[in-house]
Amino acid sequence: MKRTLSVLVENRPGVLTRVAGLFSRRGYNIDSLAVGRTETPSLSRMTIVVDGDERIIEQVCKQLHKLIDVIKLSDITDEPHVDRELVLIKVNAEPAVRGEIMQIVDIFRARIVDIARNSLIIEATGDAGKIDAIENSLRPFGIREVVRTGKIAMLRGSKE
Amino acid sequence: MAEERSGARALLEVLQQEGVELVFGYPGGAVLPLYDELGRSSIRHVLVRQEQAAVHAASGYARVSGKTGVCFATSGPGATNLVTGIATAYMDSVPVVAFTGQVPTTMVGSDAFQETDITGITLPITKHNYLVNDVKDLPRIAKEAFYIASTGRPGPVLVDIPRDVALTPCQEAVPQEVELRGYKPTYQGHPGQIRALAQLLAEAKRPLIFVGGGVVASGAEELLRQLAEKIQIPVATSLTGLGAFPEDHPLSLGLIGLHGKPYANFAVKECDLLLGLGVRFDERVTGALQQFAPQAKIAHLDIDPAEIGKNVRVDLPLVGDLNCIIKELLPLLKPYDAAPWLARIKALRSSYPLIASPGGELQTPWVIERLGEMTRGRAIITTDVGQHQMFAALFYGYTEPRTFISSCGLGTMGYGLPAAIGAALARPDKQVWLVTGEGSLQMHMAELATAREQGLAIKILLFNNNCLGMVRQLQHDYYQGRYTAVKFSGNPDFVRLAECYGAAALRISKPEEVVPALAEAMQNDRLTLIECLVSEEEMVNTMAPPGEVIR
Repeated sequence: MKRTLSVLVENRPGVLTRVAGLFSRRGYNIDSLAVGRTETPSLSRMTIVVDGDERIIEQVCKQLHKLIDVIKLSDITDEPHVDRELVLIKVNAEPAVRGEIMQIVDIFRARIVDIARNSLIIEATGDAGKIDAIENSLRPFGIREVVRTGKIAMLRGSKE
Repeated sequence: MAEERSGARALLEVLQQEGVELVFGYPGGAVLPLYDELGRSSIRHVLVRQEQAAVHAASGYARVSGKTGVCFATSGPGATNLVTGIATAYMDSVPVVAFTGQVPTTMVGSDAFQETDITGITLPITKHNYLVNDVKDLPRIAKEAFYIASTGRPGPVLVDIPRDVALTPCQEAVPQEVELRGYKPTYQGHPGQIRALAQLLAEAKRPLIFVGGGVVASGAEELLRQLAEKIQIPVATSLTGLGAFPEDHPLSLGLIGLHGKPYANFAVKECDLLLGLGVRFDERVTGALQQFAPQAKIAHLDIDPAEIGKNVRVDLPLVGDLNCIIKELLPLLKPYDAAPWLARIKALRSSYPLIASPGGELQTPWVIERLGEMTRGRAIITTDVGQHQMFAALFYGYTEPRTFISSCGLGTMGYGLPAAIGAALARPDKQVWLVTGEGSLQMHMAELATAREQGLAIKILLFNNNCLGMVRQLQHDYYQGRYTAVKFSGNPDFVRLAECYGAAALRISKPEEVVPALAEAMQNDRLTLIECLVSEEEMVNTMAPPGEVIR
């Protein structure tokens, strides 16, 4: 069971190490982790996707909460939220197949952001399912390189 | 803004404000700015012989006094020598603050002489740690360190201070209050859960209280006693819980778990409600989890929410400080029909007694039982790790909290002597006995010099079987008696050795010598070692192979 955790942390050196270290030493499976500064410069937000049963997720949350630098933590999986991931895909693109690739790019509302003699870089955003789908569609052409940011997520509406 | 002074001086201000009277440590280049200020303050410094002993001593001091222990070490090897001691304190939730010197900020990350990334190294074994990059932050960080170490579930905190930071002028005042937005321990228990617990207790026929170090940490021993007495619930303990409930009390069951008392373990098997107070249901207590307290509902009370549901399934979780919770719980209690259950406990006790026999040869349990009698269960006992530790846990008979001082969670050999030094400095009015083996003692033997230097009349009861007894027992039980690397053939003469360290020393090998030897040690006011020659054949009672069902 995959859960999406939104974690508000102090924007300080070493915080990422503390969080990542916790996952590795307690044997939790981290699917993705994305981190960046928030609207308040002293705070960062981490979006962590973690895989495990209910008991493990509960432990992950409690252990994360114990870290002094973790300020707030919510499991937003079941809350209405928007989640996105960004991917860059470098794909083989001989002139003969470029048209076909551009069609796929259109279907997924992705963009071509770089072009070289025999390859293209495609940028796409979406939820994990869409990213997987575009990756699968491009695979027959020969994917040279994939970079994914990991999921970021935000609750919908205002929750006071 | 305060009057400008160095970072090191500001740190000493924090120590004074926190009421620190003692610092254990070992100096070196990078930490000298701190030592220079320490030397000019009224705080007493105890110079140990190796840094690990400084943390252990600070930890012994903290456990006995209830205050936060403090130690200093230098960068690099000084700091890495602290690691085992910090991990020991972490596993037993002991409030210790370690200050380490670090190479100057300009050199951090350059693999400079005596540089190690000690905050990186101690990340998983501290409650929190800091590298101070800017002197502006130093007063606040030092203050936070004490706050974090001593509140909530206590634990060690390390503060790494680069040399230039300690020397830089600092204008920041020491804050009076600590404000950490990511750290707010829960003290008050949830009223609904407390009522639910009272209800569970009212419905139980065979309730049992299982007490751990959390009771001692929160100072809830008296309330625990009221709780047990009010409705007559028997009380068992973990290793860290020893002394939280007097063992001469009729409701006391003593130690449970792998090496616990058989009747206490049987009581756990039969109870229908197990009330865990400040425990973490360690695998050494529970054995195979599915068979632990199989008939019981489990209520778990702890200040650390992460402990609840970590190991055992819990029917009633209750987060908060035990003092606060028990206070709220007491007026809600309704008596149950305790007589049948207490009669059953009595029967178990007589069917599965734990007896120390004098035997023909000198036997460790019997010696420890005599020590318990002669000190009336009121001395402070520190131990090392191994068979003697289990015997000391089972046969002494603790009657007061903060008197069994041992590395329970990490099982650190070498803990006992430095911890005894900390204990003796914390309670000069109490007799401090170190119960140890010759394997453990040799890990920090050099601290005999520290004990002598500090004028501490620690009594050392050394059980010498020229062998690593607990390891030998494991090899006997699970490796078909193939004994590998457990025999010492070149041990020193411990009596002469102790005398070299200025201690009084005697050697005994017969049961009739025990009482006179203990009496002699109790009378003199010197550091004293009694070497007891015991057999390598001695075995600690074991309820089950590790990880298997406790029977």
